[in-house]
Amino acid sequence: MEVYITEISKYVIAGLLFLYTLEAFMAFRFKNEEKRKWLYARQIILMFAVQIACFVQIMARTGKAVYLFFFAFQIIIFASVIMLFYIIYPEGNRLIINNSCMLLMIGMIILTRLSYDRAVRQFFIIVASFVIGFFVPEIIFKFDFLKKFTWIYAALGVTAIGVVLLLGAVTNGSKISYTVGGITFQPSEVVKILFLFFMAGALYSSENIWQLLLTSFVAAVHVIILVLSKDLGSALIFFVIYLAMIYISTENIGYLAMGLGFATLASAVAYQHFSHVQVRVRAWMDPFTDIEGSGYQVSQSLFGISSGGWFGVGLYGGSPSSIPFVEQDFIFSAIAEELGVIFAVMMALICVSTFIEIMRIGYFLRDKYYRLVVCGIGVAYIFQTFLTIGGGAKFIPLTGVTLPFVSYGGSSVLVTIIMIMIVEGICMIRTDEKKEAIERIRRQRDNERRKASQRD
Amino acid sequence: MREEKLRSETKKKKRIRSYPIIVLSIVYCLLFASMLGYICYYSYTNKQEFMNNKYNTRQQILTAKNKRGDILSREGEVLATTELDAEGKEKRVYPYEKEFAHVVGYSTNGKSGIEEFANYYLINTSIELSEKAALDKAGQKYPGDNVITTLDTHLQEVAYNALASRKGAIIVTDPKTGEILAMVSKPDFDPNTIAAEWDNMLKDTSGDAKLLNRATQGLYPPGSTFKIVTSIAYLTEHPTDYTQYRFSCNGKFAKGSDVISCYHGENHGNLDFYGSFAESCNSSYANIGLSVNQKTFNDTLDKLMFGQDLPVNFRYSKSSAEYTAGMSTADVMQLSIGQGTTAVSPLHINMITSAIANDGVLMKPHLISEVKCANGKVVDTFQEEKVKRLISSEEAGILRDMMEQVVLKGTASKLKGLSYTAAGKTGSAEFNSNSDSHAWFTGYAPADDPEICVTIIVENAGSGGSYAVPIAKRIFDAYFGVE
Repeated sequence: MEVYITEISKYVIAGLLFLYTLEAFMAFRFKNEEKRKWLYARQIILMFAVQIACFVQIMARTGKAVYLFFFAFQIIIFASVIMLFYIIYPEGNRLIINNSCMLLMIGMIILTRLSYDRAVRQFFIIVASFVIGFFVPEIIFKFDFLKKFTWIYAALGVTAIGVVLLLGAVTNGSKISYTVGGITFQPSEVVKILFLFFMAGALYSSENIWQLLLTSFVAAVHVIILVLSKDLGSALIFFVIYLAMIYISTENIGYLAMGLGFATLASAVAYQHFSHVQVRVRAWMDPFTDIEGSGYQVSQSLFGISSGGWFGVGLYGGSPSSIPFVEQDFIFSAIAEELGVIFAVMMALICVSTFIEIMRIGYFLRDKYYRLVVCGIGVAYIFQTFLTIGGGAKFIPLTGVTLPFVSYGGSSVLVTIIMIMIVEGICMIRTDEKKEAIERIRRQRDNERRKASQRD
Repeated sequence: MREEKLRSETKKKKRIRSYPIIVLSIVYCLLFASMLGYICYYSYTNKQEFMNNKYNTRQQILTAKNKRGDILSREGEVLATTELDAEGKEKRVYPYEKEFAHVVGYSTNGKSGIEEFANYYLINTSIELSEKAALDKAGQKYPGDNVITTLDTHLQEVAYNALASRKGAIIVTDPKTGEILAMVSKPDFDPNTIAAEWDNMLKDTSGDAKLLNRATQGLYPPGSTFKIVTSIAYLTEHPTDYTQYRFSCNGKFAKGSDVISCYHGENHGNLDFYGSFAESCNSSYANIGLSVNQKTFNDTLDKLMFGQDLPVNFRYSKSSAEYTAGMSTADVMQLSIGQGTTAVSPLHINMITSAIANDGVLMKPHLISEVKCANGKVVDTFQEEKVKRLISSEEAGILRDMMEQVVLKGTASKLKGLSYTAAGKTGSAEFNSNSDSHAWFTGYAPADDPEICVTIIVENAGSGGSYAVPIAKRIFDAYFGVE
């Protein structure tokens, strides 16, 4: 009996997620939220169906009743998040919320399998993040003056990551976190938000090349501090945010080309001078030569991805725990192993769907400041996803960043949820803009009509 | 008109609100498309290799769940199977004991042979879900998939006995398909008791290297069998006028102060190209080798896969032969007759011979024809696969004539006048001055339509004609049923 359930549920899980992903892309056929209403409803059903199918598989393999309560609790919480959001922010973007919840659920499933204790911790962080996150759209919508603190954001950000550099604890050979009262923070995650607002503010008001240079200088300070902290992943993400925002703001592809050229040069210099960069590049080109040393992580990750095949070996069927830092840096490999390559690819495509929707919101925004913030968030999100999936799959060198929403890690989840909520807040501004535009057109028409009637 | 055009243009411009956002979105979508495509492709194509990596702990999960599958001969005889002993512990059993030791290999204390490279199939199972459920109920493990080899038990037995207590290797293939019919390496070991003998074998310093599969991993000086290669190089430069080649042998050949002598100083008299090959005249071949341009020679070596990876799935050693820029006349002469630093595996010589027999086209040598599930369902089949054309059809034809002459008039005359025709080339490779040379033979039968290709090396035996050719005869006899 057990074998039937575990084998058949593999295909059911992959099939359900495939349908969900299909809907996530079908959404782009409809321009407004009203027309997507039924699509969203179907998505929510599929979302919980995936969750339940995975749960059934876990029960069949382990038979532990404690998971039953945990999953019931999860379903209640995620259902209320989706409902509450719809009630509080009927004008928000629901595709992004659905996708975020789907990814968080996948994260919870695989974390439960990897480490129940960590999954419970992660779950509480998710709940807390949503409680905080629910205020964010309102704040963004109401407090327009937040636009004015540009340089304060920069000062705060530089201080926060600067302090870590000087006092930080060493995790995995890089100084990226510090502990206050038993809670470990990873400030580079929070500073990412400050950095986005700083860049938007600086570029929004910049009128000449000198201001642009000053902005670039401050951005460079951020990146250099992160490089010195050996947090190469975050340094790269900050740099890519900077490049994307400069490009969007100036609409000059020359800056992008220059930035990429500079990045190539900087990587070459870094490769020659930093041994930890060389180690990572070598482990990327050929992880199997030094499989006992520097290549261990990547080769174990590759074993994981390939061993599952298209449909995976089923939850609890593989050995993802042989991959070091599997809950943080290699969660994608664990998912590919146990839930299958198809499932993992679908999950990555959900990230892409979220990215496209975020960029779409930015594209239709009239307000340049918020457009920069939204697109910055979109690029930060997709680039981080790219770094972690690509790093674990030997597509690019490993940088050791988390997979947003899915990986274990408090700061990562909190910051990602807040970023998504900022997008939702800006989404309401866009709806507002639309209403204003309609109002303007109506007024114009009225005026014309009045003029016409006066002429008569 | 103009105004209208202008207006429509501005309208079009207005429609794109921000190019950068579109550009960035497209770039990232493409990046993801290529990354996800790469992940699918890379994980799918490397699945077996990764599973066989000894650092991959997932092997243990499979072996805990599945009973290792059987390895079968082409007729269905069991070459390796898993049995349960009295205490219910799994034990790998090899009914033929030493006979298939190297080619089938072992699976305790590491893995080798078919046990190693077909490990993925042996530890996986393809039985139906209902069968799994039934086995679960009975508390039994799932049977792993069975591997059906191309090995012929009769030919293997003959080859094994023919080599007797000599050190050396034999490899028998079908040149038209690339199927390996038999593969013997000696000295050998009993895979049934390898776990118990392991420590002693590692301690052994006699140089026997019992675990080494000499047929694929042994590297030997090719001796006169290499004259095939020198001939191909010469034919590249002389596609038609090779018939005009003449040489007068007086037992040795001198160029400046460097001298090459024929085997046992024999005087071959007046020879043409065919005669030089049939009599295996070192002097003439030193002369031929020196006449060939360095580039032509190296191109020929490249074409014949020297110093390159061979297209096989199992472990092998790379052969080496090179005509370097600053090479002395003496070394070039040594190269031409297969002495000096040149080293080849019997497998490689067999592949070249097979290609000649198959009109110049190399078929991929393979050991597995099929993988079948325990319930008889076919899981995977390995069809014959053409690797590439090594030499032209004309060159292959000339070489086949030459190899036939070796049997009719030359050093392999023990194969003359039988109920079948054969062709080949002998070799007597000298590796030091104190002991007898390695005896080589590589050839095929029937001469006009080759069905079977054998390569034999007997270490420290003497001349190829006296020690390797009789073994070839026994294998050919067995194949054609004239025992």
